[in-house]
Formats: sequence, C-alpha cells, structure tokens
Amino acid sequence: MALTTTLPPTGLAGQLRRAERRRKAFAVSLTLPLLVFLLVIFLVPIGALLVRAVENPEVANTLGRTGAALQGWDRKSPPADAAYAALMADLGGIAEQADAGALARRLNSEISGARSLIMSTYRALPLEPNLSPAQVRERMLAIDPRWAEPPFWQAIAKNASRWTPDYLLAAVDLKRDVQGSVVKVGADEAAFGRILLRTFSISAVVTIWCLLLGFPLAYWLSTLSARKANMLMILVLVPFWTSILVRVAAWIVLLQSNGLVNRSLMGLGLIDEPLALLFNRLGVIIAMVHILLPFMVLPLYSVMKSIPGTYLRAAVSLGSSPLAAFFRVYVPQTYPGIGAGGLLVFILSIGYYVTPALLGGADDQMLSYYIAQYTNVNVNWGMACALGGVLLAATLVLYALYRRVVKSELSLG
Amino acid sequence: MTFKPVLAALAVAAALPALAQSQLTVVNFGGANGAAQKKAYFEPYEKATGAKVVGVEYNGEQAKIKAMVESKKVSWDVVEVESPDVTRGCDEGLFEKLDYSKIGNKADFTPAAIHECGIGTFVWSTVMAYNGDKLKTAPTTWADFWDVKKFPGKRAMRKGARYNLEFALMADGVAVADVYKVLATKDGAERAFKKLTELKPNIQWWEAGAQPPQFLVAGDVVMTTAYNGRIDAAQREGKNLKITWTGGIYDLDYWVMPKGTPNKDAALKYIALASSPDAQAEYAKNISYGPTNTKALAKLDAKVLGNLPTSATNAKTALQFNVSFWADQGEALEKRFAAWAAQ
Repeated sequence: MALTTTLPPTGLAGQLRRAERRRKAFAVSLTLPLLVFLLVIFLVPIGALLVRAVENPEVANTLGRTGAALQGWDRKSPPADAAYAALMADLGGIAEQADAGALARRLNSEISGARSLIMSTYRALPLEPNLSPAQVRERMLAIDPRWAEPPFWQAIAKNASRWTPDYLLAAVDLKRDVQGSVVKVGADEAAFGRILLRTFSISAVVTIWCLLLGFPLAYWLSTLSARKANMLMILVLVPFWTSILVRVAAWIVLLQSNGLVNRSLMGLGLIDEPLALLFNRLGVIIAMVHILLPFMVLPLYSVMKSIPGTYLRAAVSLGSSPLAAFFRVYVPQTYPGIGAGGLLVFILSIGYYVTPALLGGADDQMLSYYIAQYTNVNVNWGMACALGGVLLAATLVLYALYRRVVKSELSLG
Repeated sequence: MTFKPVLAALAVAAALPALAQSQLTVVNFGGANGAAQKKAYFEPYEKATGAKVVGVEYNGEQAKIKAMVESKKVSWDVVEVESPDVTRGCDEGLFEKLDYSKIGNKADFTPAAIHECGIGTFVWSTVMAYNGDKLKTAPTTWADFWDVKKFPGKRAMRKGARYNLEFALMADGVAVADVYKVLATKDGAERAFKKLTELKPNIQWWEAGAQPPQFLVAGDVVMTTAYNGRIDAAQREGKNLKITWTGGIYDLDYWVMPKGTPNKDAALKYIALASSPDAQAEYAKNISYGPTNTKALAKLDAKVLGNLPTSATNAKTALQFNVSFWADQGEALEKRFAAWAAQ
C-alpha cells in the first residue's frame, strides 16, 4: 500500500506495461527458434511450391522478341514473316543448350512434338547472316515443315508471359483455348477431376473403416485396467512403428491368390476360386486401414480415458436402456476424439502414395502418384506443384468445413 | 600441444579430396542387373585402378539428377539411365558430353548406342512371358495375349501407356514396322486405347520389374509383359518361365555423367572399361541383356546368345523403342492413359 501512495499511479502503470512488454519480448524470443523452424521447414517450401505452380519463365526468358512480334497476331492464320525472323533471332541468342532444352520441355507439355521441333531447329542454327524475314521463314520451313502449323506458334504466344494459370487450370481439367478463354479439356484428357474425386473417396472409405474398427477397440482398451491396457496398446503400436513398405509386402503375402486368406477361405469351402483381393481398390483399402488404424485409436483412447463412467451409470440408473445410454450419453462425449482421429486419418490418407502404387491397379492411384510421375518421369515440376497446390487447397477447405461443422477448437492429441 | 589436433584436422582435410578421388559413385537400377554390373564392371574397375566403386540404387528418377546439377552438388559420378532420359537430360544440360576418344572406337558399337551425352551399355527388351508349367500351348503373338477365350485368365501389364500402346496396336494387326507411324496419328492412338479397353477387365497392373515373374510363379496371371532380364533371373532360380520374343520392344540403357561431377576422369575411365568387349561379355553371361559392343558377341557361346534380345532369331520380329516419339508424345499419352484408366 505504501508504494501506491508514494508513486504516481501513471508511473506504476507505465512500469507495469514496460515489465509486461519485457516479459512478452522474452516469451517471444523463447519461441523464436520454433518460429524460424516453422518458417524454414513449412512456410518457405510451401510458398516455393505455390510460386512454381504459376511460374512460367521458360518462354519469357528465351523468346522475348518472338512474344513481342506475336502480340498483334490473330492466332489463327500463319504468323507474319517478322515472327519467324524474331524466333530465329531469339533461338540463335540462346547461349546455353540447357535453356533451349527447358524451352523445348515447356512447349512440349503444351503441345506434343514441340520438343523435337525446337531442338532440331536449335541445332540447325545459326543461319547465314543478312537474310530477309521471308528468307528466314523459308529456311525454317526447310529445317522443319511443322513451323507452318499455327498450333506451335499459338503455344509460344500463349506462354509469352512470365506467369501462367495453365498448370493450375490443367490440375482441375480446364485449359485456356487459343483465344485465352477458359474451357473444359476434352474427355480424353480429363483425368485429374476423377483422380481428385478418387483420392477423396478412398480417403473417406478408409476413415470410415478406421472409425468402425477403431471405436470398439479404443472403448475396450479404455475399460481395461492400466496394466492390461498398456500391454494391448503395445499391440496397436508395434505395427505403427513398423515400416510401411514391410507392412505392404506382408499384405501382398497374405492377400495374393495363393495367400493365407484365400487358402483358408478355400480350405473352409467358403469359396471355389481365389478372390481378387490385391491390385484393386479392395487391397488398397485393406492395407491403408491397417496402416492408419493407430491414428484413429490413439486420439479416441485418450478422449475415452477422460470420460468418467459415472455418467453412463447415472443414465442407466435413471431408467435409460444401456444401448440408448451408450449412444445418447457416452458417444457424444467422444466426439472430440472421433473428430481428431477422423481428421488425422483422412488428411494422412489423402497423401498416400506407396500403398496404392504397390497394391492398386491403374485406376486406384491417388493424386500423389501423379505428382510423383510429373516430378520424376515427365520432369514437369510446374504441373507437379500445381497438383500439390490443389491437394493443399482441398485439404484446407475440408478442414475449414470441419471447423464450421464441429465449431470447436481441434486438439490432435 | 594445443595445435596438434588442429594439425591433425588439417591433415584429414587435406586427405579428404584424395579420398574422394579414389572413390567412384555408380548409380544403377539394382536387382539382378545391379548384381551383374557389380561382377562385370565394378570389381574389374576396382582391381584395375585401386579405387573403390560405391554402388547406389535408384529407380530412374531424373528429378534427383536435375536437383543435383541445379544445386551444383553432384555426388553421382556415373548413372545408368533409360533412353528417353538421355536425350531429354542432354537437351536440358544435365549431362556431360562424352569424349569418345577415351572410350573406344565408335564403329564397334551398335549405332543406337552412340549418343553425345551417353553411351549405350546394354540392350534389354519388354517381352511377353508365361509360366511353362501352367500353359500347355504357348502364346505366340500379341493377338494371343489379347485372346481371353483361347487363354482364359488375367494378364499383367505395366501401369502406364509406354509399351502397352505398341503391344495393343500389334495385337490389332499393325505390322511391326508401322507401329509408330500409326501411333503418331490421332486415329492410331485412339485405336490403341480402344484395343486396350478390350482387355481392361482382364489386366492386373504391375509397377516394379520384379512383380511380373512373381505373378507368374504365384499363378495370379497366365501371361504378362516383363523385362526379359527379370524372367531370365527367375529361370536361373529354376522357375519354368518362358519368353515369347515375337513383337518384343527392345531398348538401350545408357551410361551418363551428371554435369559437374568432380570425378570426371575416373568416370570416363569406368565407362571405357564397362564398354570394353570383355566386360560386356562377362555382363551378358550374368544377365541376359545384350551387349552394345559388337565385339563382345564373339566371346559368348550359343546358349548365352540365344537368350539375348540382340540374337538374330529373337530380334527378327522385335520393335525398336522409338525414343524421339516418346520424348514428344510421352507426357500427353501418359496423361491420356490416366484418364483412360479412370473411365
């Protein structure tokens, strides 16, 4: 009390504020390493991925003059001779073959055949000096007659700008037509919409099965004594710690035509010929449910452990039937666990790659498979990043929806 | 006393480049092929130079090479790559150009082996294979492969468009010489996918080269497309698997050096040794992939020759994989395959 009387109140408030600020700065500085870590490990790579999905430097870097020459072109008739001359000057000015290769790859992903067209022309350079534009055109047609075809020029004109929505559009089965308006791609090329849908439907089925299998297991574990529960929990956790590849290989052994499952079913006389359990959707789902089950059981168990048994007993003693008491009193209290487990399993499922690749057929592959294909086989990283971006966006939308529906903070513990 | 550890550290640092010099990292696809390379190439090279060869396995991911070259941290010295990747990587500046004067006489090699950025090391083939214990009559053509009445049961095919479109066209009666001509047209591609649709309910897809022989042995499928070396490896283990060479698609794998490898001279020396007739003959004895150095053929007996994709009888009806066609059309066709599979 003596302090307050001797010091003016404003001074005290100021001191308190200063002390508070110091404390805050100290707290922030303690979390600084974590923030930097998050920035470097998550935000920067995701940012780079998103940038790469819209970046389109190949044509802009190498064919600047051609882009300018094609500015007023109607994009239908063969381009003017000046465009040929500009392209020849641009191609002749590419010092590094790597840049020509990158240009060829970029245009080829736009129109098949552009790779060989660009590279064969690039290799035939330089032409003799002081040719008129009309002569340049003639020479180019002599090197490769495809230079007379407008589609290759359309591809150049379309990609002249440094940024492009094309990868993202392609990732959702859209494209820009010659005039630049957005249209749907033909049925032959429309792959990613179905693949995205397939990715979500497989993930949803896996999540539901994990819940159906995980809920009774977690409930049973939560009713046991701590010692027994710990013992049984190890049985849940041991597969959790085993490599995914090992578990996938084990499923191949179990599920193949001559495998344990089919042999026992045939031995019991339940079936006459082996069931197709592998290299189809069923095999993928069986293995994924097995691999992801612990992610459902653990959050469910931790929530169920904290629910006192007294509520259930009270409901029954007040006249509810045991089943009704279970569903109306107990189950609602496990919603946070169901939400956390379901979301965890679903989000992990969406990114699955190895399991469907090894256990699924051609129409069981999820989006990650195609991301890997664009990264490694086609080396078209723009497309790979766009697909990754779509996957990320879809996941965020679903998460937001979940938050809307559940209206509660999520704990993933 | 205190600077002793410093001196020691300096000595170690000075020795490091020397260590790196005497070590060569060679990357291949592993498996039976990797084992054969170890015996035919790694060990003789180690003996000849005293250097150590570190073998690394990969699955053909060009992204790794691209990332290494772009970040200028090249730790792979020699890499085995498939034919589409030689041209593509060369165009994009991922590989060193080869100095053939240090490798050998260009005229000794099959023409397809000579590339400015890589040299063909062996010829392999994607063929039709079946289990001799289970099929009494041998399928002889791709039309047989498609004939589910005559040969009931599942067939295994590689997950993807490559090879399968060619096989489909051959099954539809297109002559070997015309396959790529037809496939390059819009109608031709349509025709190939249509033919593939016929077989779709009976196809079990494989992802890795090790799977087809497993499927055959387990009885999951009656026939499969397979890499001939994988079938050969299973035969060496005593399995009665058989190859139908008619309409097989042969292709080459190449040695390349990623651009900026610190061990360029040693890498070239390794490539020269691995391209010599003796080493290639030894390799072909260990796995039935054909040598690219034609002088190696004289060192092989009739039995080994009979199992190679390059032997006269086996190559007679074979189709050479068209690298430039797939470099141009591959991305579009693979995407179309994904759309087709989803239908």
